Amino acid sequence: MRGLVDLYVQQLKTGVASMLQYRATLFIWLIGNILEPLIYLVVWSTVSGSSGGSIGGYAAKDFAAYYIVLMLVNQATFTWVMYEFDYRIREGTFSAILLHPVHPIHADIAENLSSKVVSLPIMVAAAAGLSVIFHPALKITLWMAAAFVPALVLAFLVRFLVEWTIALAAFWTTRVTAINQIHFMAVLFFSGQIAPLAVLPYPLRVVATILPFRWTIGFPVELLLGRLSPGQVLTGFAAQAAWLIVAMAILKFAWRASVKNYSAVGA
Amino acid sequence: MPFGHDFELGARNILQEPLQLGRGIVNCHTVAFRDDDLVAAVSALRDNELGRRRMEGQGQKRQHGRDSNCANILGMDETPAIRLRNLGKIYRVTEREPGIRAALASLVHRRKSEVRAVDGISFDLAPGEIVGFLGPNGAGKTTTLKMLSGLLHPTSGDLSVLSYVPWKRDKAFLRQITLVMGQRNQLVWDIPAADSFELNRAIYRIPAADYKRTLEELVALLDLQPLLGKPVRNLSLGERMKCEIAAALLHRPQVVFLDEPTIGLDVTMQRRIRAFIAEYNRRTGATVLLTSHYMADVEALCRRVVVIHHGKLLFDGELADLVKRFTAHKTIVVQLKDCAADLRAYGEVVSCEDGRLTLRVPKTETARVTERLLADLPVIDLTVADPPIEEVIEQVFAQESL
Repeated sequence: MRGLVDLYVQQLKTGVASMLQYRATLFIWLIGNILEPLIYLVVWSTVSGSSGGSIGGYAAKDFAAYYIVLMLVNQATFTWVMYEFDYRIREGTFSAILLHPVHPIHADIAENLSSKVVSLPIMVAAAAGLSVIFHPALKITLWMAAAFVPALVLAFLVRFLVEWTIALAAFWTTRVTAINQIHFMAVLFFSGQIAPLAVLPYPLRVVATILPFRWTIGFPVELLLGRLSPGQVLTGFAAQAAWLIVAMAILKFAWRASVKNYSAVGA
Repeated sequence: MPFGHDFELGARNILQEPLQLGRGIVNCHTVAFRDDDLVAAVSALRDNELGRRRMEGQGQKRQHGRDSNCANILGMDETPAIRLRNLGKIYRVTEREPGIRAALASLVHRRKSEVRAVDGISFDLAPGEIVGFLGPNGAGKTTTLKMLSGLLHPTSGDLSVLSYVPWKRDKAFLRQITLVMGQRNQLVWDIPAADSFELNRAIYRIPAADYKRTLEELVALLDLQPLLGKPVRNLSLGERMKCEIAAALLHRPQVVFLDEPTIGLDVTMQRRIRAFIAEYNRRTGATVLLTSHYMADVEALCRRVVVIHHGKLLFDGELADLVKRFTAHKTIVVQLKDCAADLRAYGEVVSCEDGRLTLRVPKTETARVTERLLADLPVIDLTVADPPIEEVIEQVFAQESL
């Protein structure tokens, strides 16, 4: 365990050092992560204004709060492992990683976290700026904030494990982009990104509850906004825990199969 | 049981000089002793200058004869560090003719074909040996190295490295080996090499004291001090290779696979890397399997070479024997006054410059031709030599099979 902590610390250090070398690239990535929720914010605020001031219980100020928090949550749980895996397999750099006496997911988690550390100040500044412009209706109580922390950590872990598992597709096919597209569409609709789930039609909401994506983005956002009852919060935690276990099991299996395939067809 | 138990002592220590201990000679960092020699051995180690160094795993019982990493201790029959038996690897590849029509056809039906990259290779490496692994491009060298290091699953045959099955990629196995593949980087591109080293320390869980000592040693041997603080992307190819090798050896692997460690480097740097590999092997007793297209590497480092071609073993033995076996010719260099005389009757004239004439003659004819040359001509100087090793290797590679 101490060895693993040491590994995370070192990976974080090198990760931050590497990220700082590419401040411009990082900044461009961040602009994307800021613009996307901003667009939805503007659209939904306008729509709610023109349809009597509220849709699905969200007024313009609620949409502002929802999307500003969503922007931060999305940033916190965001990964790019799919591109990374695709690159590793194509460039053959995966072999060196496979020779390390430690599971490669640890390095990936640490690298992801290090980018979050670097981007945090910018995201907080962006959130503050948007708050000044859009006047979000945000009242955070202590217990909501307290429950938000584990919800966010679980959301990060579930999203990371799910996307890491999907990224393993790079071991099997050179057409990973298509798989990524499908996944991104699913995230867009079922995570609460394109619209708060309360606004979506009932069948979509049911599907979203079953799939993991809502629990990785929408759930922590709604929790912090105080839109969930204590019962719903507990259900959310249960769903997150369940998906964590399922994702871990699938990942373990898929990882073994992928490496086996890799070592059969040529590393 | 003839030998009682074996004990492991002082793992991770490096012995600068071979050390005589009772009936055992210690020449690398893991040592096996009989029960009754143990006390004497431990006190001898303490009295020695090595006493300052840490002794680990003291009195740890081991199975007789297994995992002994030193050659010839107590005359035990040794387990090979690396053992291949009939190793084979077949790749299945999809084939496609060029052009649109073929592209469309391949959507419906893919033609698969099998490529035998490695085809039944067997050899052993004793602990501490440095062996040159030779063959033309595409002979199956890299595929074999990848199987040995656990990256590839063999299609057939048996394989063991330090008594592990490589493809299972046991963590204990991975901690004891390393694979250096040409330009492929261990190092993080954008940060100084020193930070990459630190990362490898964490990845391999190298104890702080060991890390410090090994790093100091590597820095001194490879002259890394001025490079440590520069981002890796700013290093020259040779500098990067030195750092790459250092990063790969920080965990003191007992088995080292080197795939073209000197490729693309200038002669000075090649010599430097070569000297380092020899020194590393001497200090740690690590087993080294090395591929290279530079015969100077092989000549300097390896007494024994294994040659493969088309995935099959072509030769396994001493470099000198390879030359004997594969050359039917010798080169006779005669120093004459000028190049006026026509000497084609004596053998194949390779060149003549300023009276320095090079003749190629069948090996069996050497003595007779030499005698005639000396008798017939005003010879100032005469030397007989084997053809250059490059030429021999070229000939070996030109053969289909033995």
